[in-house]
Amino acid sequence: MSSLSSKIQDVFNEPGCGKNQGKSEKERKKGCTKQLQPGGAAGGCAFDGAKIALQPITDVAHLVHGPIACEGNSWDNRGSKSSGSNLWRTGFTTDINEMDVVYGGEKHLYKSIKEIIDKYDPPAVFVYQTCVPAMIGDDIDAVCKAASSKFGKPVIPVNSPGFVGPKNLGNKLAGEAILDHVIGTEEPEHTTPYDINIIGEYNLSGELWQVKPLLDELGIRILCCISGDAKYKDVASSHRAKMAMMVCSKSMINIARKMEERYDIPFFEGSFYGIEDTSDALREIARMLIEKGAPEELMERTETLIAREEARAWAGIEPYKKRLTGKKVLLITGGVKSWSVVAALQEAGLELVGTSVKKSTKEDKERIKELMGEDAHMIDDMSPREMYKMLKDAKADIMLSGGRSQFVALKAKMPWLDINQERHHAYMGYVGMVELVKEIDKALFNPVWEQVRMRAPWEEQTWEEVADAAIAAEAAALAADPALAREKRRSTPVCKCKTVNRGVIEDAIVEQGLGTVEAVSEKTLAGTGCGGCAGKLAKILETMDHWHPAPAEAPAAKAAA
Amino acid sequence: MAKVITPQKACAVNPLKMSQPIGSALAFMGLKNCMPLFHGSQGCTSFGLVLFVRHFKEAIPLQTTAMSEVATVLGGLENVEQAIVTIAGRQKPSIIGISSTGVTETKGDDVEGYLNLIREKHPELAHIKLVYVSTPDFKDAFQDGWAKTVTKMVEQLVEARPADAVRDVHKVNILPGAHLTPGDIDELRDILESFGLEALVLPDLSGSLDGHVPDDFTPTTIGGISLEEIATMGLSAHTIAIGEQMRDAALAMGKRTGVPFTLFDRLTGLEANDRLIALCAKLSGKPVPNKIKRQRSQLVDAMLDGHFHFGGKKVAIGAEPDLLWTLSQWISELGSQVVAAVTTTASPLLEQMPTEEVLIGDLEDLERRAIGCDLLVTHSHGRQAAERLGIPFYRIGIPMFDRLGAAHQTIVGYRGTRNLIFEVANLFIANGHEPTPETWALAEETGHVGETAATAH
Repeated sequence: MSSLSSKIQDVFNEPGCGKNQGKSEKERKKGCTKQLQPGGAAGGCAFDGAKIALQPITDVAHLVHGPIACEGNSWDNRGSKSSGSNLWRTGFTTDINEMDVVYGGEKHLYKSIKEIIDKYDPPAVFVYQTCVPAMIGDDIDAVCKAASSKFGKPVIPVNSPGFVGPKNLGNKLAGEAILDHVIGTEEPEHTTPYDINIIGEYNLSGELWQVKPLLDELGIRILCCISGDAKYKDVASSHRAKMAMMVCSKSMINIARKMEERYDIPFFEGSFYGIEDTSDALREIARMLIEKGAPEELMERTETLIAREEARAWAGIEPYKKRLTGKKVLLITGGVKSWSVVAALQEAGLELVGTSVKKSTKEDKERIKELMGEDAHMIDDMSPREMYKMLKDAKADIMLSGGRSQFVALKAKMPWLDINQERHHAYMGYVGMVELVKEIDKALFNPVWEQVRMRAPWEEQTWEEVADAAIAAEAAALAADPALAREKRRSTPVCKCKTVNRGVIEDAIVEQGLGTVEAVSEKTLAGTGCGGCAGKLAKILETMDHWHPAPAEAPAAKAAA
Repeated sequence: MAKVITPQKACAVNPLKMSQPIGSALAFMGLKNCMPLFHGSQGCTSFGLVLFVRHFKEAIPLQTTAMSEVATVLGGLENVEQAIVTIAGRQKPSIIGISSTGVTETKGDDVEGYLNLIREKHPELAHIKLVYVSTPDFKDAFQDGWAKTVTKMVEQLVEARPADAVRDVHKVNILPGAHLTPGDIDELRDILESFGLEALVLPDLSGSLDGHVPDDFTPTTIGGISLEEIATMGLSAHTIAIGEQMRDAALAMGKRTGVPFTLFDRLTGLEANDRLIALCAKLSGKPVPNKIKRQRSQLVDAMLDGHFHFGGKKVAIGAEPDLLWTLSQWISELGSQVVAAVTTTASPLLEQMPTEEVLIGDLEDLERRAIGCDLLVTHSHGRQAAERLGIPFYRIGIPMFDRLGAAHQTIVGYRGTRNLIFEVANLFIANGHEPTPETWALAEETGHVGETAATAH
């Protein structure tokens, strides 16, 4: 475990991570090891993260060393697509039992590796460590090393047992595993001045193939995509790429940065979501390749392709414009890069509500990202009635959000479109945006909404009328009873990460005379998680006269000074 | 809304339609202790019999007057007489249901007249009811034969009552269309019973062709509604007719007995079932049972979960008018588009179908129109078309000979609609196209953006 903990420390020191850079030496040492809130935690573990990051490598046998829960409950659950082998979708696990727990599971693991090689002959076996074998002290590094030399085949230990931290950490530990054991261990058959890596793209729903034809036409070769539709050999020889694009998500920043450090492969962060972002990404790839020695004419060809494909995409969106103009979309998402679709939605005539963003300039994008991050947290535990009210207040016609809110939105009988990782449609590149607009059109105009909102024959009122009445009654009760209204306001959660209610923040501001968001964060911990609620904190400070009408007391002035 | 097109071609290829007499015979099979009898050559009977055996996978009682060439020319009185006497002696039914066929109608046999002569000659057969329906093969189609037969049953078997007769408030007549399966009828009876209402179903296939193992062998129909029950239908509080085809029968019932009726154009879909449940609540004076409330909520949820898969799908449906109406209305409500609709016979509903054109045609027409569709819906004979088209295939209607459980395919009620949504959505899911590296290949000339993008499931 000592090597694992030093590895984790190393990941936390990641200089490429902006969040880490902002931390003090002491905080960085603590890393992201903040304790998850028991009873309030959601999301996957480090093992989950590691498996998700690497399992799209298609021709590898992914063997999970642990009890049945880890693989048995989760295998074949991701929509990554493969252009070749489907071995990655075969679930391999040692399924350890009580005897293994007592006597150790190393032999069991070794035999499992042998069986897999005998039966499936994959180019490599990835062995994933899980909590129980980590606890009993199974040394998977040693087993993998022994198996590798015995069978003459790469057997790669991925040391990321679930309890070391969240999914995010697992992504990075997976990155470390391939950096240590895979990348740079083989040579490509040939190289070109147009070889690139794409890092952090999983080819969900085959999205990569929406972009690959563009690169193909430009003569740009994806030497390796880590890890969507990748083959073991691609990953092993990816160190010969000329440059890399890191797809938005920072989950694999350590790979991008260390490959730059070790193999001189410069990288940039970009996105293929949204028409403009796709164009920007293509330009940046061309620019960096030219910088690394590709002929200058590449840029000209790139611009020609961009002009042509942008025109096609806008033309593809055009037919939907008439029906969609004026329709209001509530876009709520945390994880995915959906903020980059804003321009395309606006181009289709859709109006975005719930954010104050009119145009999507670069600065605005950052703001949308922040706003949405915060709302995405909020929506996870909303009741159908609250969601109905939110959509009604926003006068929204459709909601675009991540998977978990789906069921609440649907129970609230609201048109809804999935834009998260588990979605079934591919929305990348130029074609993807047209596809997204088409899907919105389909969802919005589905006649099912009229049907499902009808009142049942035994009901006096429709669902909406009941909800409206309840909302009105609640509002009336609050208006009639200032104490209740105050209590309601104070019990509103502000910071979801640290579970801080508004009352705690108000008290801190008044009692300790806090005047800045930073001061509030320091005293109450609100805003020290994802940081998404900074805007809310500022608003609370700004509107202090409303919720604390008594003339501000002396300490406030002191703090301001 | 829809333009109704009649066929221009001379040759029907891969027929969708089935003949009137077998629709008529099926209706007779919903009566208790009945022997359906075709007045025609024995082939008419044997084809119908085999079709039903393959569909229901049950023994089918169906007899023939076995008209020979000579008998056909000379007239069939003797054959009808002999057939009735033989059946009366052998199978001892309470009722013989006689349907004419193309052969005897072409000749112009006056079967009503024959029956009068036979009644005079054979007073010993007075205890056996004889119901005759004129159903020439060369006219109309399956559902018409069924509808005409039920109307005749009402006119001849239900006792006439004055308009102000005292009625049993707990009894409700059901006149189901030919497109309702035994499973559908069971479901309807179940719904009515949950309100404390007793259903008198005419004809009732739920006891006769629902595929059960009978206690003992009978050469006639097993189960079904008895003549005694039919006679009392005029004392029921209300009649529920399902399918436009049943309008005449419902009107006949009203005319003969004064029982008011409600005609449901379909009972698949949320709104239609809301109307049914409201009617049941009104008739029974009872609150809606929790079971039904839960079923509605489950259906709403199924619609919400299902609409992702139905939205934007192009569907081709080949079915008789009332089934076509039921299915196309239902699937349109879930966001699919009916782009090809082929049916068998005329109906006032055709012009109102939610599609551009309705063709009275065959499966060749349907196959041609189904190119580019995401789903083919018709009876088992559509399987080759679906295979050639390479699209998923949902079997519904008669005949369904290459699957088990045709009798229990249930699409009425909240629960039936819910199941139908799941079955069809699962077909869409199972047939979702996996994307490949070529799915989004750039087509140099065609400006294809967004057109070929396949849907991955």
